Amino acid sequence: MGTKVKKMLFILSKATIENAYAAFVMANGARMEGIESEIFFTFFGLEAIQKKKLEHLHVATVGNPGMHIPTMLGGLPGMEAFATKMMKREMEKLDMPPIGEFLEILSDSGCKLWACKLAVDMFHLKEEDLIDDLDGILTIGDFYNRADQEGTQLLFI
Amino acid sequence: MKKVIAQKEIDINEEGYLTDFSQWSKEIGSELGKEQGIEMTDKHWEVIDFLQDKHQKEEALSVRGIKKSGVINIKEFYDLFPGGPLKKSTLIAGIPKPKSCI
Repeated sequence: MGTKVKKMLFILSKATIENAYAAFVMANGARMEGIESEIFFTFFGLEAIQKKKLEHLHVATVGNPGMHIPTMLGGLPGMEAFATKMMKREMEKLDMPPIGEFLEILSDSGCKLWACKLAVDMFHLKEEDLIDDLDGILTIGDFYNRADQEGTQLLFI
Repeated sequence: MKKVIAQKEIDINEEGYLTDFSQWSKEIGSELGKEQGIEMTDKHWEVIDFLQDKHQKEEALSVRGIKKSGVINIKEFYDLFPGGPLKKSTLIAGIPKPKSCI
């Protein structure tokens, strides 16, 4: 009875708010089912754990067929901020926390949060730029080694 | 389905959750806790009281709600009810499993 998945490892590579939430909701959902979870933030995914940027993630309005608006409209000044505001409002109605609070909940729930060393170096970031709840800076090789039991799954976002 | 626990017969669904809250008692709650591998303490009961209160008020339950309630913080919640705290604590409390993603 129950799931055969024991551990979920997520790699977040994008800075759009919908991708960050996808990773967080799945990682938290895993913890709520008693499944271990960890998130590896790489490339643009690092924005979700940078103190200065994490509350300013936006929805993609250009080149995003899911928006159902003409591409030219999506590129107008203010569209991104507007669409993001609308989405945040809907999420708050569903009791979805903002990114910062969500990261705290994840950390308190036992989800491990890792930054990708390569990306940290590439973007010239320092430890103090990143959230305090971060568990460490790892290479992808280190992250693969976090798959230390049967029933571990890896997901790329 | 029916189940005998703490010398009483209760109605449960396939996942083990009580289908009739009026059948719940603290003894049943304790036994359900034992089946989940949990020895109930005062702190456990505080959380159960909170959950049952929310259920009576027909308010949705979520891990974020637990945090905001001030009854317990999330780290402690996961320590008290290891392995899926919201689903375990609601089972012990005799209320339906919450359909929450947060």
